[in-house]
Amino acid sequence: MSQSEAQKQTLREWLLTDTPQSRHQARMVALYQGWLSFSTNTMAMFGLGILICLGLVALFAPLISPHDPFAQELGNRLQPLWSEGHVFGTDSLGRDILSRLIYGSRITLYIVALVALIAPVAGLLVGTVAGYSGGWLDVILMRITDIFLAFPRLVLALAFVAALGAGIENAVLAISLTAWPPYARIARAETLTIRNSDYISAVKLQGAGATRIVTKHIWPLCISSLIVRVTLDMAGIILAAAGLGFLGLGAQPPSPEWGAMISEGRRFILDHWWVATIPGLAIFTVSLAFNLLGDGLRDVLDPKDGGS
Amino acid sequence: MLGLLFITFIIGRVMPVDPVLSIVGESASKETYDAAYKAIGLDKPLIVQFATYIWDVITGDFGVSLLNARPVADDIKRVFPATLELATLGTLIGVFVGVPLGVIAAVKRGSWIDQIARVLALVGYSMPIFWLGLVSLLIFYGILGWVGGPGRVGIFYVDIVPEVTGMILVDSLLDRNWDVFRDALSHIILPALLLGYYSLAYISRMTRSFMLEQLSSEYITTARVKGLSERAVIWRHALGNIKVQLITVIALSYAGLLEGSVLTEIIFAWPGIGSYITTALLSADMNAVMGGTVVVGLVFVCLNIFSDLLYKYFDPRAK
Repeated sequence: MSQSEAQKQTLREWLLTDTPQSRHQARMVALYQGWLSFSTNTMAMFGLGILICLGLVALFAPLISPHDPFAQELGNRLQPLWSEGHVFGTDSLGRDILSRLIYGSRITLYIVALVALIAPVAGLLVGTVAGYSGGWLDVILMRITDIFLAFPRLVLALAFVAALGAGIENAVLAISLTAWPPYARIARAETLTIRNSDYISAVKLQGAGATRIVTKHIWPLCISSLIVRVTLDMAGIILAAAGLGFLGLGAQPPSPEWGAMISEGRRFILDHWWVATIPGLAIFTVSLAFNLLGDGLRDVLDPKDGGS
Repeated sequence: MLGLLFITFIIGRVMPVDPVLSIVGESASKETYDAAYKAIGLDKPLIVQFATYIWDVITGDFGVSLLNARPVADDIKRVFPATLELATLGTLIGVFVGVPLGVIAAVKRGSWIDQIARVLALVGYSMPIFWLGLVSLLIFYGILGWVGGPGRVGIFYVDIVPEVTGMILVDSLLDRNWDVFRDALSHIILPALLLGYYSLAYISRMTRSFMLEQLSSEYITTARVKGLSERAVIWRHALGNIKVQLITVIALSYAGLLEGSVLTEIIFAWPGIGSYITTALLSADMNAVMGGTVVVGLVFVCLNIFSDLLYKYFDPRAK
C-alpha cells in the first residue's frame, strides 16, 4: 500500500511540476491544474455527474430498462406513478414510461453530439478562413453569417425541417444550420487577434503555408473558447430538439424522443399529468446539467469574463 | 435583408415537394402539368424567379395559401396582432421585474437576492418552455381554475368589441367593455407571465453584469465621496449609464419573444403568427410558411435597426 501511495504521490508531483521535462508533461500539467480548479466548483461537478450518469444510462439502456420501450400493453394503459412494475407509470399505449425515458436518453445524446460536432466545426472553418484571408472572402462569408444570425433560430429550423422533411437526421441538420453562425463569429474574432502576432510571422518565415498556419497554429487556440460556447449552447440544442420533437418534426413515433413523449402526453394532461410531466423533468435535468457544466468550464478556460 | 429573402427563396425551391404537383394533382395530364409549370413561372431562369419573388414581397404579395385559398398576407395581418400583444406584455413583465432584480442582485452581490436571481435565470435557461406552459396550464387552469384556459377570450366574448388594432386588450379598452377586457386579461396572463419569465431570466442576468461593471468604476466612488445618497448613485448614475446597453438587450429579447412564442402559442392555442406557421407547416402549405418566416425575419431585422437608432440617440459618443 505504501508503495502505491508513493506512486500516487509521484504522479501528483509529476503533474504539478513547475519544470516539465517534455511537451507531453507540460500539456498534462496544464490539464491537471485546470481540472483542479474546475473540481472545486461544486455546481459544475454536479452537472458533470448528471451527464456522466446520463451517458452510462444511454450506454447500458438495454440492461437497465425494466421493459421493452416499444412493447404495448393496452390493458395496462395510463397507469399512475409507482404502480406495480412501472415506476413512472405507463403511457396511452401501455408502454413503460421509465424504459422509454432510458431509451430516449440515447436519442437526446445522439442529437446533441451530432450538432455539437457539426456546428462548431463548420463555424470554425468559416470563421478562421474569413479571418485569416481577409478581403472580399471575409466580407462575403461574414455577410452570410450575418444573414443567418438575423433569422430567428427556431423559425429558421422549422422552415428547414419543412423543406427537408421530418426526422431525426433532418432535425440535426436544421439545428446545426441555425447554430453555426455564433461559432464563426467567435473563431473569426480569435483569428484576427492571433493573425498578426509575432509567432505567426515566425512560422511564416519558416515557410509555412496558409493551410498549415490555420490548421496547426490558429485552430488550437480557438478551441477553448469554442468548447465553452458549445457547452453553454448544449442546453439550447436540447431544448430546440425537444421543441421540434414536440411539434412532431423531429424524431417520429414510436421512437421515445422526450419532446415527442410530452406531445403524446399532452392530450391526457388534465387527467393523467405524469405522462407529459416526467419527460419534461428529464429534459430540464439534462439541460440544467449542461448549463452548470458550461458555467464551470467558462470560469476555468476563460477567466477574463468568468466569475459571473 | 436581400439575403434573408434569398434564403427563404432557396428553401422554397429546394424542398422536395413539387409545387406544380400540389396544384394540379397526381392524375393531371402532361399538358396540364406543363401549363401550370409555365403559369407559376418555373420555366424562367432562377435569377428571374428570384427577382419576381422579391418584387412580390415588396408589394406585400406572399402568394395564396394552399390550404384556404386566401392571400397569405391577409392571414398574416390577422394573426400578427395576437403575437404582438402577447410578446409586448411578456417583454413589459420581463423589463419591469428583470431590470430591478438585476440591479439589486448586482448591488447586493452574494446576498440571498443575488442567489435567487441566479437560480431563476439558470432554471429559465434550462426549462423547456412548452413543458412549463403545459404544467402551468394544468395547475392554474386545470386544478386551481384561477385563469382562463387556452385561446384569447372565452367563447361568449368572441367578436363583441369592434376590431381596431386587432389586439383584444387594447380594443376592449377603447370600447370600454370591461367584461371583455377582464376575460381577455385572464386568458393572456398565463402565457404572458411565461414569456415574461424567459425574458426576465435573460434581462436580469445582463443587467447584473452591466451594473457590476459600472459599480466598480471610479465615477461611482466619486459620486459616493461627493455625498450623494446611495439611491441616487445606483438608480440615477449607474443605471443611467447602462441605459444604452439595456436597450439593445431588451430589443433582442423582444425579438426573441416574437419568435420564441411559437411553442407557447401552440400550448395556449393562441392564434398568433407562431401557430400560423406551424399549422401551415404541418399541412405543407409552403406559401404560408415562407410568408410567415419572411415576416418574422423582417420584424427581427427592423428591431435590430431600431435599437441601433435608439443607441445613437441615447449615446452622444455614437453620433
